[in-house]
Formats: sequence, C-alpha cells, structure tokens
Amino acid sequence: MSPPPLEIHDLTVAYHKKPVLWGVDLVVPPGKLVGIVGPNGAGKSTLIKAAMGLLPVSSGWVKVFGEPVAKNLRRVGYVPQRESVDWDFPVSVMDVVLMGRYGKLGLLKRPTKTDHDKARECLDKVKMLPYANRQISNLSGGQQQRVFLARALAQESDLYFMDEPFSGVDAATESAIIALLHELRAAGKTLLVVHHDLPTARNYFDMLLLLNMRVVAFGPTEEVFNYETLQKTYGGRLTILSEVAEAVRVKG
Amino acid sequence: MSRSANINSRTNRTTVRLLYLLSSLLYLLFTTPAHAARIGDLSETSLWEQALRFFTFQDPSVRYALLGSMLLGICCGLLGSFLVVRKMALVGDALSHAVLPGVALGFLWNMNKDPVAIFIGATVAGLLGTAVVNLLKQTTRLKEDTALGLVLASFFAVGICLMTMIQRLPTGNKSGIDKFLFGQAAAIGAADVQLMAVVTGVVVVVIALFYKEFLVTSFDAGFARAVGLPVQAFHYGLMLLLAFAVVIALQAVGVVLVSAMLITPAAAAYLLTDRMHRMLLLAAVFGMAAGALGAFLSFLGNNLPTGPFMVLAATAVFAAAFLFGPRHGVLARWWRQRSRAARIQRENTLKAIYHVLEARNFLGEGVSLRELAERRRETEEEVAAQAAALHTHGLATLHDDGNHIFVTPDGWQRACAIVRNHRLWELYLTNEAHLAADHVHEDAEKIEHLLGEETVRELERRLVNTKQDPHGKTIPVVPISLGTKAETTPGYGRSA
Repeated sequence: MSPPPLEIHDLTVAYHKKPVLWGVDLVVPPGKLVGIVGPNGAGKSTLIKAAMGLLPVSSGWVKVFGEPVAKNLRRVGYVPQRESVDWDFPVSVMDVVLMGRYGKLGLLKRPTKTDHDKARECLDKVKMLPYANRQISNLSGGQQQRVFLARALAQESDLYFMDEPFSGVDAATESAIIALLHELRAAGKTLLVVHHDLPTARNYFDMLLLLNMRVVAFGPTEEVFNYETLQKTYGGRLTILSEVAEAVRVKG
Repeated sequence: MSRSANINSRTNRTTVRLLYLLSSLLYLLFTTPAHAARIGDLSETSLWEQALRFFTFQDPSVRYALLGSMLLGICCGLLGSFLVVRKMALVGDALSHAVLPGVALGFLWNMNKDPVAIFIGATVAGLLGTAVVNLLKQTTRLKEDTALGLVLASFFAVGICLMTMIQRLPTGNKSGIDKFLFGQAAAIGAADVQLMAVVTGVVVVVIALFYKEFLVTSFDAGFARAVGLPVQAFHYGLMLLLAFAVVIALQAVGVVLVSAMLITPAAAAYLLTDRMHRMLLLAAVFGMAAGALGAFLSFLGNNLPTGPFMVLAATAVFAAAFLFGPRHGVLARWWRQRSRAARIQRENTLKAIYHVLEARNFLGEGVSLRELAERRRETEEEVAAQAAALHTHGLATLHDDGNHIFVTPDGWQRACAIVRNHRLWELYLTNEAHLAADHVHEDAEKIEHLLGEETVRELERRLVNTKQDPHGKTIPVVPISLGTKAETTPGYGRSA
C-alpha cells in the first residue's frame, strides 16, 4: 500500500514557548477534500504552516507521501492567506503565477516556454488569463485569490494546503474555487483547506478536521459535523453555536 | 509563441543593458588620454564647456570621481529597489551608519586610507550592526524600528569617537578620513574605482542570476519557503551586497547620506513603473545620473562635499516622478480628478434638464437658463457656464443668445442614463437592501455617476419591476442610438 499523502505524528508547535498546537496526530487518506475548521486562535494556519515545515516545531514529525516533508516539498502546493503579501508589489499576474514553477525549476534556471504555457493554462482555469499582464494591485479581492490559486495549480502538486481561500471573495469566485477544488480532487489530489465559515463547511468538504489547539475530531463530514463535536470545538462561544445549531436544524 | 519568449527574455535584456553600461564605463576609464587641467581651475570657461569637459572624462582627476559616482549610483539603485519593495528602507539607513566604526578601524589597521582594509572593516561593522538588530528583535520584546534606531545611533557614536581619535593622532596620513562623513568624490582614486567596479559587477551578476529567487522571497517569503527556497540565505545575501554597496558609496556620498542614494532613486522608479525588472533598470539609471550630476555640481563649487549634491540630484528626479509620473504622479491624478469632477458636473446639469422637462411632462422645446437655474438653485451665470460646458462636449446646443438649451441625442441619452441609474439604485436600496425610501436619495446622488454598464444590467436582472422608482417617478429607458443620429433622435418629448 502506498504511503498516505499526509501523516502527522504528535506535532506540538509553540510561539515564544507558549504552545498553540498540542500533540496533533493525523493521517489524511488520498483524494480527499479536507476542511480545517475551528475558532479564531485554534491554530488552523499554524497547523498547515508547521506541516510544510515553515514553522519550528517543538516535537513530532510530518511525513508527506512517506518522506519527511522537507524532502518532498515538490509534491506540496500552497495557497497562503491573501493578506500575507503586499499587493502593491511591482509584479504582473503572470509573474506571480510563474512563481508556482520556481520550485520545480531550481536555482539559477529561468522559466522556459513550457513554464509560461503552463502558467497561462492555470490562469485560464481560474478565468484570469485576460488579466495576465495586469499589475496585481489592479484586481479585486476575489481576483487576487484566484491568482494565488493559479499559482498553486502551476506547482502541479499532489497535496495542497490552502489558507482561507474563501475569505473575502465574491460569490462568483467562491463557486469557481469550489469547482476547481472538486476538479483537483477528481484528479486524485489531496486538499487541506482552512475554512472559517461553518455552515458552508458542511457542504464543501468530504472530511472535516475540527481543531482547537488540539484535534477535537477528524473524519467524514457527516460523522463529525454534529452538535457534540462542534460544542467541544467551539466551547462556550454561544454566537457561533447558535449559528451552527440553526444550520444543523435547517440542513439536518 | 514568441510572446512568452519575450516575457522570458525580459530579465535577460535588463541584465545585458546593465552589463553594457558597466563595460562602457570601464572602457572610458582605460582609454581616455590623461591630460588637461582640473575643472575647478577653468573658471573662465562657460558652464556648458565645463560640463562637456567633465562628462567626456577628459580630466584625469575628475575621471575617477565621475566614474566612481556613476558606479555607486548603479549599485545603490539596484539594491535600493529591493529595500523599497521589501519595506526595509530603514535597514539601509541603520546599515550605513553602522559601518562608520569599521571605516575608522580599517584606517587604523595600517594608518592609511587603504581601500581594501576600509572595505573589509566597514563590511564587517555593517553586518555586525544588522546582526545586533536581529538579536534584539529575537531575544527581546523590542520591535524592528526600535532595534534599528538603537543600532544606528550607537554604532554611529562609536564611529565618531574613533574618527575624532584618529584626527588627533600625531602619526599617519590622515588625509581623506574626514571626508567619509559627507563624502568627497574628488578623494576617489584609481584603486577605489577598481573596487567599485568589482562590487558593482558582483551585484549585477548576482541579481541577474538569482533574479527569480530575490523576486519571490521579496514578494511572498512564506510561499518561497514552501517551494523549498532558503529564504534566510537570500535575505543575508542581500544584506551582504547591501553592505558592499554602502561601503563603496561611502567615500563619495558620506555615511550620513548614503541611505538616500539607496532609497531615493528606487522610490522614484517605484512611482514610474509596476514591474520589478523595469524598476531595477530605472533605479540604476536614476542612481547613475544622480551620482554623475552630484559629482559635477560638487566640482563646480570647488570641491564642496559631494554627498548632499548627489542626494539633491536624486531628490530632483524623485520630485519629477512624484509630480509628473504618468500614472501615479500628482499632476496626472489631479487631472483625472478634475476631469471626473467636470464629468459629474455635466451629468448633473443634464439630469436637472431632464427634471425640468419631466416636471412639464416633456412638453415644449428646450429649457431656459432661468428654469434650469431655479431647478438647480443657482445663479443664471453659474448655469450658463454649465450649459456652455455641455455645448463644448456636444451634449447640447444653445439658442437665443445662449438663453435656451436644447440637448443633443447624445446628451439626451446620457441624461436618461443618469436618471435611470439614480432611480434604479434607489429602487435597489429600498427593495433589496430594505432601506427607507427617504434614506436613499443622497446615496444615489453619488452612485449614479459610478455605475458601469455591467452593474446596471445586474440591477435590472435583480429588480423585477423597473418601471417606477420608490418615489413613484417613472424610470426612463435609455434610448439606443443606431447609426445616424437624426433618424433615431428620440427627443425629450418621447419617453421611449
């Protein structure tokens, strides 16, 4: 049997000695669309950053397709939070998408015609090809998010980490992203998506990882999305609970 | 697919241009005959002749100064561009002040103004300064700006103490060491220029080779690490190059102002373009021009400190970019705002004309100035000016000595569109956003001028009934003009 796309064992991450994630154990099966949900400060972004080796970990290990993550970064694609970069930066949409090819290119190599073609193809998939030569500040929030997605597509990875791709996007972009995620899943990719909106989380994902500084629950959405686990995840946050209770009542 | 090949060779071209610039400078250095007197002595010649003499590398003492100033301008412009886009401008300032103790120690090494010893001393001091900044940031609660301020001031103070000490030493050739504060291009010798050429060459080659890595680590460090790039290594590499650039610029610009040579040309370039490779090229050219001009002005004024002149030249370039830049320039922005305000004014006049006509059920021809003035609650003179503006833009014709306004088909189309926008938006706010009918007018007054065709179509799709606005007024349909205007002139009497 081939090794799982992502295997995390006893992962603990601390910021300034204060742990924000405790002993995370996780084995993600291939070809799944996994939503990571939890309250603010639950460590959702921290988990995916630590899984990619972007943060120092206090203990534990991460394996990607059976190898330590640092050795297998080429099989990992990443969509950071949109707010993490300066959108006034002097680059075009095309320049940003080409960055997705850099990992495969390696040092000292320039993007070739193949890389440009690939980047155009990825831009086309998110319907942003007409904007290829625009400077990135001249885009709406949803368009910027689609540029980030195109860059991740250009990475041609097998395991994707996406940090809040749905935050601050218009309805059209949201459905475009969902269609794209389904397409990737159909192609056998594994996707872990940080998501902040509970009512939609229930419909979007095959599996849910409920996180609040530790793994509260992980499993198929229909098994995990219930009152008890959500209450455990969100604790006494009544506003969210009532929102979810409403969602459960309506959909359940 | 020559298109993608073009994109691909862009950075190559930039590199080639820079290398060409460098090699032609070096060619001039080694081929021009060394004769003629110093520029400062030729006070009887005109400014033009002096400039000609200066910039054609005829004067040997001037030659090194000019070449050195241009080289340092290129070097500072290139690295400064990365500082600006990485929001690290203050780092350049701290680094340049931190090198001063190194300069003094390099001088003390063998009591001579040996470029290599000073270069090594200054680089080490600069890197030590940045290391201390990092240490303070990581081990204490202090934020970067405070750490930078601390290091800048304390290293500079140590440097000043050492400098004063050197001045008082009885032995050694101290000439020139005092020039490191404000810069003196005339103090640049052949050995200095060689060092500058080497450093500038290294900077150009490193940036060309690692352009894509510097680009991605500057834009999105998190993503760069996720694709396996050693982001920290590139950061420290950039710091090292930066220290080199500061050190070679010291002699001509001086410790106090060298950060301005890093920031100002790059900032000017940033205002003029929105592609990194073009920004690099522009900043290099601006830096070079500022260096040359600064050196020249300093020579004209009988070897005044060079640094301030270079910085002023660079600031002049920046001011020009700030004022006259085609996209982000103040003038261009002012002009865009002015034309938008004028358009809104015209649209409001057309709307008022529509209202006047609507009030009399679209009967009668034209609108008189007085009617319009009453409607807009303005004087006849003000309204006359607005009518004249409509006339110049082909939206209306004036009759009876300008007392009667007749809108043209174009004007009528625009008037209907604006009124329609206004009323559709009011309808949308009351029906869909559930605002009270008396709350929506003010908002619609602004929005009516901004709604694009797309949005209007969207509104029409969403609103089921677009016949009447919330106040019970008819929402006009915009007449479509087909081919010749005369045939399709709907006229204001007909509500299409």
